[in-house]
Amino acid sequence: MLSFKEKDRPIVRKLLCAGCCVRCVLRFCCVGTCSAYRRSYEVSHDPENHLPTNKRLRIDEGSTEGSVTAAQTDSDICPVCLGVLQDFCEPTFAKQVSDAVKNQQYEFDSLVLTVSLPAQLSVREHSCWLHVKKEIREKSMCLGKEDVIQVKDAFKWAVQGKIGQELGAAVLSSCEVSVGFMHPETEEDCHFLANTCPDCFKPTKNKASIFTRMAVVKALEKISEEKFSRSVFSISETSYCRYNKFSRELPQTPWVIDGERRMDGSVEELIAAPLLSSFRADGFNFSSSGREDVDVRTLGNGRPFAVELLNPHRAKFNRTEIKQLQETINQSSDKIRVRDLQIVTREATSRMKEGEEEKTKTYSALIWTQKAIDSTDLEFLDLKIAQKTPLRVLHRRPLAVRPRLIHSMSSIYLDRHHFTLKLCTQAGTYIKEFVHGDFGRTKPNLCDLMKTNADILELDVESVDIDWPPAIPD
Amino acid sequence: MEDSEKKAPSVIDRYFTRWYRTDLKGKSCEDHCILQHSNRICVITLAESHPILQNGRKIKNINYQISDGCSRLKNKVSGKSKRGGQFLTEFAPLCRITCTDEQEYTIFSCIRGRLLEVNEAILNKPDLLLEKPSTEGYIAVILPKFEESKSVTEGLLTREQYEEVLTKRNQQEEPC
Repeated sequence: MLSFKEKDRPIVRKLLCAGCCVRCVLRFCCVGTCSAYRRSYEVSHDPENHLPTNKRLRIDEGSTEGSVTAAQTDSDICPVCLGVLQDFCEPTFAKQVSDAVKNQQYEFDSLVLTVSLPAQLSVREHSCWLHVKKEIREKSMCLGKEDVIQVKDAFKWAVQGKIGQELGAAVLSSCEVSVGFMHPETEEDCHFLANTCPDCFKPTKNKASIFTRMAVVKALEKISEEKFSRSVFSISETSYCRYNKFSRELPQTPWVIDGERRMDGSVEELIAAPLLSSFRADGFNFSSSGREDVDVRTLGNGRPFAVELLNPHRAKFNRTEIKQLQETINQSSDKIRVRDLQIVTREATSRMKEGEEEKTKTYSALIWTQKAIDSTDLEFLDLKIAQKTPLRVLHRRPLAVRPRLIHSMSSIYLDRHHFTLKLCTQAGTYIKEFVHGDFGRTKPNLCDLMKTNADILELDVESVDIDWPPAIPD
Repeated sequence: MEDSEKKAPSVIDRYFTRWYRTDLKGKSCEDHCILQHSNRICVITLAESHPILQNGRKIKNINYQISDGCSRLKNKVSGKSKRGGQFLTEFAPLCRITCTDEQEYTIFSCIRGRLLEVNEAILNKPDLLLEKPSTEGYIAVILPKFEESKSVTEGLLTREQYEEVLTKRNQQEEPC
């Protein structure tokens, strides 16, 4: 029936257990005959459970009988070819391609099929080969990477003939029919290579992504097996938390202009340093639900943030160890403080970014007024304002007018020219510009409301009103 | 905290550097003040010595239509790089202001760069220009080219140099 030999048994078993499709199994057994790929393989459904089962294969040609069933997986899709060698090799797809060509009404009597595959298939192929290689070595056999049949070739063998038949053309070289495959969901598979082999990936103007097939293949050639296994099989760990910032001289992220450091330290670095060493990670990505200026403090429960640790050598921490980690960060500096430290999956980041757009924030500002005031001057109402992009960020933001809501304001009288203003505003409101007016480009502003020149001397973020991440009781 | 009428360092003092161009196009006392933000954006305003701000003059009309084909009001920028903004050179006119005594004055760009916006609030309320020429009465906002951020103020006077010019004028008793 099939062209497997006894020596292929362990490979076949291993690949089927991993959920590979028949044609990929054939490839890794170095089956080089077109007919093997051209024949149809259909998925049989288990009548009892109404779940698709993977194909049953029988090994014969002189070997002991037995059938090998693949493990049941949630999806039928082959993890190595991502389906390219499954449904896309069946007659229905060949007909689809032929119809598309016919619609264009080209005249030709011979064609050649070219295929373009997404870069991440190279990563999966490499991974599968290493997987199989281990098995082979144990049985003291030999399998060179070049011996494995390429997905591209298998696909062409499977489909070219059918397309040629449909279009009534011999398969030679005059007319090129190209089939391109893309799989955006797995595009990120390649990204870890940028960390391990950064010199392989140089941005060029013409390509949308630096992860071109050539670059990925080069990187796979350079990376050691050990490093590859570590990168692919260890998920990056993401820690969630909230931070407080008590300093008015600390930027959230490193402040560098033209390669020169403008201010020492940053919230990001102070938090990430202890995490990097405990998790023994190679690097990190810091993101937060909004951010504040260098000279603004973050008080109250703090601002939610996430640190993704890249290639952590250690990923399992129990509750006590995490508490300890939190303590270490808090002891390391009096400029910041973190709370509710916890490890979560990457999907949770979207919840945090929600806070940027949709949630409200509460502030406390120290205001100076030119005219002398008394406490009766400080009665405010619910307010709608329109802010043109502030001049201080206009160099890097588009010019636009932003309508914003000030949900509530209250004040604490200090002296004839000073008071504390507490406000609760819609996310995205520029508080400083609301106070001094930004050349009249925020309307109405506090100067208008109070009919005096006013300026903001200090600003604190009192709370970022998003009830996530969940609080961890002390 | 002190009970004081004195201003703490204002927004302008904190973020901007003041530059001046005097006697624009040879016209006596027609001085402009360019406020340059630390992020390189420049706000064009009338200097306190400009004739429009003297002797209780009132403004009759402000016109941003500087020629048949060009109105500064039609200026539209889009995106972060502010595409579409009219590119100005030092002597590009921004607007023409006519006072009630029929005197006409042209306000100029003074620097090279892309026009981001002109102040439309002064069209409705010209008094803003008279009462708050350095803040709400600004004329225009211009973004110099990144490569020219430092060189754009070459040829402009610093605050000290401007004050020297004023002192010399007072000594010569030039009417404005």
